[in-house]
Amino acid sequence: MPPFLFWLFASLMLVFGAAVVLNRNPVASALSLVVSFLGLAALFMSLDAYFVGIIQVLVYAGAVMVLFLFIIMLLNLRAEEGRRINWLAATGGIVVALILVIQIFSVIGHFQAARQTFPSLERSTTDDVWNIGALLFSNYNLPFQIVGVLVLVATIGVVLLSKREPR
Amino acid sequence: MDPFFIITSLLKIVGILFVVILPMVSYAVYAERKVSAAIQDRLGPNRVGPAGLFQPIADMFKLLLKEDFTPRNVNTFYYWLAPCLAVMPAIITIAVVPFGSTLFGVPMVIADVNVGILFVFAIASLGVYGIVIGGWASNSKYPFLGGIRSSSQMLSYELSLGLAVIPVFLLVGNLRLTSVVRYQIEHGWFIAPFVGDWMNPWKWVLAVPMIISFLVFMIAIFAETNRLPFDLPEAEQELAGGYNTEYSSMKFALFFLGEYAAMITGSAVIVTLFFGGWHFPGIPDGSRGWIFGVINIAVFFAKVAIMIFIFMWVRWTLPRFRYDQLMRLGWLFFFEIALVNIFVAAWILAYFPSS
Repeated sequence: MPPFLFWLFASLMLVFGAAVVLNRNPVASALSLVVSFLGLAALFMSLDAYFVGIIQVLVYAGAVMVLFLFIIMLLNLRAEEGRRINWLAATGGIVVALILVIQIFSVIGHFQAARQTFPSLERSTTDDVWNIGALLFSNYNLPFQIVGVLVLVATIGVVLLSKREPR
Repeated sequence: MDPFFIITSLLKIVGILFVVILPMVSYAVYAERKVSAAIQDRLGPNRVGPAGLFQPIADMFKLLLKEDFTPRNVNTFYYWLAPCLAVMPAIITIAVVPFGSTLFGVPMVIADVNVGILFVFAIASLGVYGIVIGGWASNSKYPFLGGIRSSSQMLSYELSLGLAVIPVFLLVGNLRLTSVVRYQIEHGWFIAPFVGDWMNPWKWVLAVPMIISFLVFMIAIFAETNRLPFDLPEAEQELAGGYNTEYSSMKFALFFLGEYAAMITGSAVIVTLFFGGWHFPGIPDGSRGWIFGVINIAVFFAKVAIMIFIFMWVRWTLPRFRYDQLMRLGWLFFFEIALVNIFVAAWILAYFPSS
């Protein structure tokens, strides 16, 4: 992929990521997050990770965010829109983020492998869907099954909570 | 990048979009009116041109010339965004569907990605935003209820949609839509794998999960495209038109066209997955001469047209479900059937000898 596409999608992601926080309207925030997810998916695809990229769109942009939007629309938006920015909390957030960025830079600075330039990725010849499937069912079979049980427990929990009779 | 690749891709995009899909969308509206007329024993549109064939053009001018009215209390930006979002996903989806074999050695698919069917589902799942945002931005009760209904309906039926096709891909072995077509050319269409190989018991056993798969997938596509009997988001009697109530002129038309575009891409996906795509027994592919390449494309769109006719036939025959019936059907019936069907297909593949 040409580098300008990387910069395009990366900046798309960052701008809309910032818009999620800065927008006062929750629906606008949720939709900005969708665009941000689409940018992330495009970045994954630029690394030839088509499966991860398309799952990003399918699961996050297509399902999770629709549920978010669904809930947000049922809330009273007028109350949210009127809220002022809490400058103290905003400053705290910016400071924490800055500390994280400084830490990442200092770690990368001391990490030998991060300094050398890697050769650009060759076009993968194998099917990445096949590779992920084979790995999930061989090396990572146990964690995969544990995650499956975990999700099942969460599902049963939701059913239980929503079925409870109101007192 | 290879300039030949770029030029042929551009030609394919322009050709498929402006020569095939968009005219097909406008004539699908005409066909809908003619089919409904035939079913209800009426004549249908017959004034403009021979047999009313220029009716879509007249409709287009009518919609363009109508007043584009924006209600006062709408959220303007999202109100404008929604109709665009309603049309776009349906048209993008066609990019991965192989609509022909080859023409002058160029494969007749715009993007042959290795996650084909997931791409279809991912982009189709974005289609719900147009309706939800349209309903919300209109700032009015009925469109809002329509939008909420549509989002819950589409989410519910996406599950059955995704699960229903897994048996197909268990057989094919990868997610490329071109390999699905290739597999069906070699082993028979998935809707009837036993055709041409009547004595093979394996094919007959295989037909059971495939037909269940097809039925669940088709019904889920009906729900995804908001067509009757699942058109709850725009149930006229309850919602005064649904999510598009506050829209007028070309913005209303875009919602309308989006629905038909979704129906066409849905039919194209069904044809690709279960009816052998562009393959027809006895017709060779495009490597034998360009005339066969053209015939293959024609065969594909003829099959799509038949599927669209079935969509319309169902619409004018069946009554609408009630909303709670629709949700119960999706979650307590189709979801389970699709799930069990996967196990049946996997069991057949694992324990039943294939030849």
